[in-house]
Amino acid sequence: MRDVEAQRERAAAARRARRLRPARSDDLGLRRGVAGKLLPFLVAAMAFLASLALAGAIAAAGFSREWQQGPAAALTIQVPDPSAKATDAPQSRLDRVVALLRGSPGIAHVRALSHAEIQKLLQPWLGSGATDGLALPAVVAVRERDGGPALGVITAELRAAAPGTLVDSHGDWTRRIATLAHSIQALAWAMLALVMGVATAVVAIATRAGLVQRRDAVLLVHGLGATDGDIARRFAARATRLAFLGGLGGVVAALPVLGLLAALAAPIAGGIADPTAWMPTLPRGLWLGLAAIPVVCAGIGFATAQVTVRAWLRPLP
Amino acid sequence: MGMSAVVVRLEAVALEVGAQRVLRDISLAIPRGGFRWLLGPSGAGKTSLLRLLHLEARPSEGRMELLGRDIGAAPRAALPQLRRRIGMVFQDFRLLPHLSAFDNVALPLRLAGRPEGQVQADVGEMLAWVGLRARTHCHPAELSGGEQQRVAIARAVINRPDLLLADEPTGNLDDTQAQRLMLLLRELSRLGTTIVVATHNDVIVARHPAPALRLATGRLVSADA
Ligand SMILES: Nc1ncnc2c1ncn2[C@@H]1O[C@H](COP(=O)(O)OP(=O)(O)O)[C@@H](O)[C@H]1O
Ligand SMILES: [Mg+2]
Repeated sequence: MRDVEAQRERAAAARRARRLRPARSDDLGLRRGVAGKLLPFLVAAMAFLASLALAGAIAAAGFSREWQQGPAAALTIQVPDPSAKATDAPQSRLDRVVALLRGSPGIAHVRALSHAEIQKLLQPWLGSGATDGLALPAVVAVRERDGGPALGVITAELRAAAPGTLVDSHGDWTRRIATLAHSIQALAWAMLALVMGVATAVVAIATRAGLVQRRDAVLLVHGLGATDGDIARRFAARATRLAFLGGLGGVVAALPVLGLLAALAAPIAGGIADPTAWMPTLPRGLWLGLAAIPVVCAGIGFATAQVTVRAWLRPLP
Repeated sequence: MGMSAVVVRLEAVALEVGAQRVLRDISLAIPRGGFRWLLGPSGAGKTSLLRLLHLEARPSEGRMELLGRDIGAAPRAALPQLRRRIGMVFQDFRLLPHLSAFDNVALPLRLAGRPEGQVQADVGEMLAWVGLRARTHCHPAELSGGEQQRVAIARAVINRPDLLLADEPTGNLDDTQAQRLMLLLRELSRLGTTIVVATHNDVIVARHPAPALRLATGRLVSADA
């Protein structure tokens, strides 16, 4: 029994040896490590989280842009009795309000709506012709400057110049939503950085475990004249490959989740999503980012393994 | 090696391992193609001296010149290139357990980036020479002590080293195999390889007279010219 087995084993070994060996053979036995088998799964988990974080960052950026620059971002200021004289200057109340707004550093753009525009605005509420003979207030459309002083600062001045002026308060809302979006974005980037840090640590730990496990082989090869670069290259090649595969797996696993989230968010984001589509409808930037994740994983695997192995070898003569 | 005919030169070399001084005040010179027995009782420092010559450690004191390089002044990055010119037969063989006899012997050639065709030919020939052709694809665990020792010898000489170091290389060999090994060493020495062999085997030393370095408690007590 044992003889037959041994014979079969020898024949298999001979077959293996007859195959032309690649120049970069597995001298250090890297393919046999336990730590190596776990690495792709750990990296996949990190890549999965990174995909979600990236989607969060990009979605938040999209919302924020929408609310700050889209039509929703325009503020309106109502000036009743616009052609009466302002209290603090020889101008009409409307002209005075517009001048004050133009002079404010927090305001990017000021435009007084025409009579026709105002009527059009009111039409859905009052019906056509209903405004004839009404003393309509003037309406000034305003766009705030990013990061400028809040409109609230100038509101008091406007009221003093033209008592009764109303500043539409949804500026507060856009500001809050913008702050929320920025916070989500910052959080997502922080999470991405954290995930990359953990991935780096995972690769470093796996590489060190691999070095310790193959200590004798590494020391022998070092003694035979292998340079630090020779040894680091072998570990790094393997870590690069495993991290890439792990990254790819994590991104692929995240796609259905992202598709679902995109479908849920579509009405808010103003887009259309077809939840039955085979591939989820995702922003272009997100696709590019997702494609970059396995590459970044591979880069982390390569760089971390190189640094870890070289640091481990440095104390040797 | 350049113009220098001296392959190994030690001047007042000491080696400390931890706090222990395992070698002290060693001065010696071995010319190209020279053969030296390295003798002394167990614990005298033979293995330590070979480790030093194999660049597994740098001298704690004194000056060591190897293959024309001042080791004390050589940058760390220069050492791998030197190690490739030094063959070592370890007392405990240090074969890689996951590699076949063939792949163990092939290691130095593959590290040097030799073409695979040449590796196949050279390793096959070398294994045949040490009488292990039939054991080419066996792993170390399947080999006897003597067979493992012959694989270790084959690995040390496959690269035609300029300096060959052997630590008790006949410890697991029978008489015939020991004689064969001595023939090989003599031939390599004649071709210009400098050789240092540490041994306990008085019979073989008597049968192959050569200059000897005698160590006792880390000191060189006598060195034949
Ligand atoms: N790695 C080591 N750690 C501690 N002591 C060592 C080590 N290597 C050698 N020694 C000590 O150095 C001395 C010489 O050892 P060694 O060179 O192995 O002698 P030999 O090979 O002649 O038997 C011994 O006293 C031994 O205990
Ligand atoms: Mg010894």
